[in-house]
Amino acid sequence: MTTMSLPTPAAAAEPMLLRAWWALKNSWVLARRSVARIAREPEQLSDVTIQPVIFVLLFTYVFGSAIHLAGGGSYHQFLISGMFGMTMAGTAPGTAVGLTTDMSTGLIDRFRSLPISRAAVLVGRTMSDLATQVLGLVVLVGAGLAVGWRMEHGIGDALLAAGLSLLIAFAMTWVGACAGMLLRSPETAQALGFIFFLPLSFVSNAFVPTQGMPAWLRDFANWNPLSAVAAACRNLFGGAVATPDAWPMQHPELAVLIWSVGLIAVFAPTAVYLYRRKVLR
Amino acid sequence: MSESYAIEAEGLVKVFGRTRALDGIDLQVGTGAILGMLGPNGAGKTTTVRVLTTLLRPDLGTARVAGFDVRTEAAQVRREIGLTGQYAALDESLTGRANLIMVGQLCRLSKKQARRRAAELLEEFDLAGAADRGVKTYSGGMRRRLDLAASLVARPSILFLDEPTTGLDPRSRVVTWDAVRALTATGTTVLLTTQHLDEADQLADSIVVVDHGRVIAEGTSAELKAKMGGERVLLTVAPESDLGAARDVLARIADGPPQLDPAARTVEAPVDGGARRMPEIVRELDAAGVLLDDLGIRRPSLDDVFLTLTGRAADDAAESEKEVA
Repeated sequence: MTTMSLPTPAAAAEPMLLRAWWALKNSWVLARRSVARIAREPEQLSDVTIQPVIFVLLFTYVFGSAIHLAGGGSYHQFLISGMFGMTMAGTAPGTAVGLTTDMSTGLIDRFRSLPISRAAVLVGRTMSDLATQVLGLVVLVGAGLAVGWRMEHGIGDALLAAGLSLLIAFAMTWVGACAGMLLRSPETAQALGFIFFLPLSFVSNAFVPTQGMPAWLRDFANWNPLSAVAAACRNLFGGAVATPDAWPMQHPELAVLIWSVGLIAVFAPTAVYLYRRKVLR
Repeated sequence: MSESYAIEAEGLVKVFGRTRALDGIDLQVGTGAILGMLGPNGAGKTTTVRVLTTLLRPDLGTARVAGFDVRTEAAQVRREIGLTGQYAALDESLTGRANLIMVGQLCRLSKKQARRRAAELLEEFDLAGAADRGVKTYSGGMRRRLDLAASLVARPSILFLDEPTTGLDPRSRVVTWDAVRALTATGTTVLLTTQHLDEADQLADSIVVVDHGRVIAEGTSAELKAKMGGERVLLTVAPESDLGAARDVLARIADGPPQLDPAARTVEAPVDGGARRMPEIVRELDAAGVLLDDLGIRRPSLDDVFLTLTGRAADDAAESEKEVA
């Protein structure tokens, strides 16, 4: 079709700034709606509440007992930073499931027939998903402290680590938003999320150092954005182990920043484009 | 195009793959009027509504809603319209009240205004008692009522209702009808799609009949019925009398060939000016010695209209054998 990116001249009737203000306000209303929804159905939060706790316990006490880190660092100190990588980067499937659910119930049609910014539905969703990630972060810190993990480098570095984690979490929700626009049902989103994110989580330095992996897998793991998050957290919380030569592992904080900005730059406009195209079809 | 129409569409075409969902739809709805769009499943009713509400872009043709072009001025169109789709577009996990407040805030009401408007609508749609329960616990009828309420939050000047009462219990149906009538009393324009002929008959000022993506007839309910010819006389012949004799009498007097239903023992025929010619019919039947169980005048229903126009019954293509009757 030739009508792919037709602007809506009508929108020009309102000054740019006012429009942006309302877009933001609409996004806020929609984000609050998602949060209110979670408050009524807290089981939706198991991704960021129960699941990280189970992983922390499993890996600390079951697998961790058999994993000995080179250099003799404590495994739980190593593990919690890895969990930051896994939980924060793992936000995409949840976003995709949420959006496909809204589409399958017709709720998105209602939103689209209202005079609201086209980006608001997506921004609202990514904002609320970010809010749940803040909760996930708190849960993770709590679980970590309980098994003996400590923030060894003080509050400033700890906050920086938290900030970087949330940044990549926000970036990943936009990947999920794109997937949500392309997939048909929440079930598909759930299944695909599992298929993509489980290997992505494990082929990384989140749970074990990458040095022992076969060369090709090690390269993938070292360039995996999750590994960058884990490595950055280890630098900032303490618990770093021998660092591989790969560039992202040498400069993990910068790598997280570049990954996040890059993902947002590519996937946010794509998600909005896909959302708009649903109308144009 | 004239400004006096709230909705006007010309030559709308929409193709999905090999299906021409819309094949040149033309429509005009005057400000404050109710247009009933009548047609079987798959006729193009929902697609038309989606195009007019800016949810779909037409492949060809133009449409203006409240004077704004649905393609190029979609944002303005959305400010004027309300839409109730075929399925309730609500957030199941929220309460009824929270849903309405959310829509109000999205429509730029302040929080206070949104609350007040939500309370008003909950009252009006007989949902005040369930306002603070999750929508998940609502019955089908309550959901549809809430959905209709949601489309009215911003007091739209034009309302689109896509099969608003499909699957509703009689009580919810009546509440919905009353709400639609109340709206038009305040000057709201309504486009309503339906498969129910009685619904179009009850509510609509004018009716378009659509099939295969085209408008195949339009007019007021009375005009459409007039196309079917005038009144019809319907006799039910007593068991001890001869059905054939009754048919012969009607064949002589009536304005068209009589139709027989031996099982129901009825004979039916078009008779223009039916009531005035009743005495003559009764005299002739008496003279022929025909005893009647019942005698009546029937005006053609929209069912007859639809059957005649499309060659099949409105709500069930499988009933096409009726065509022969």
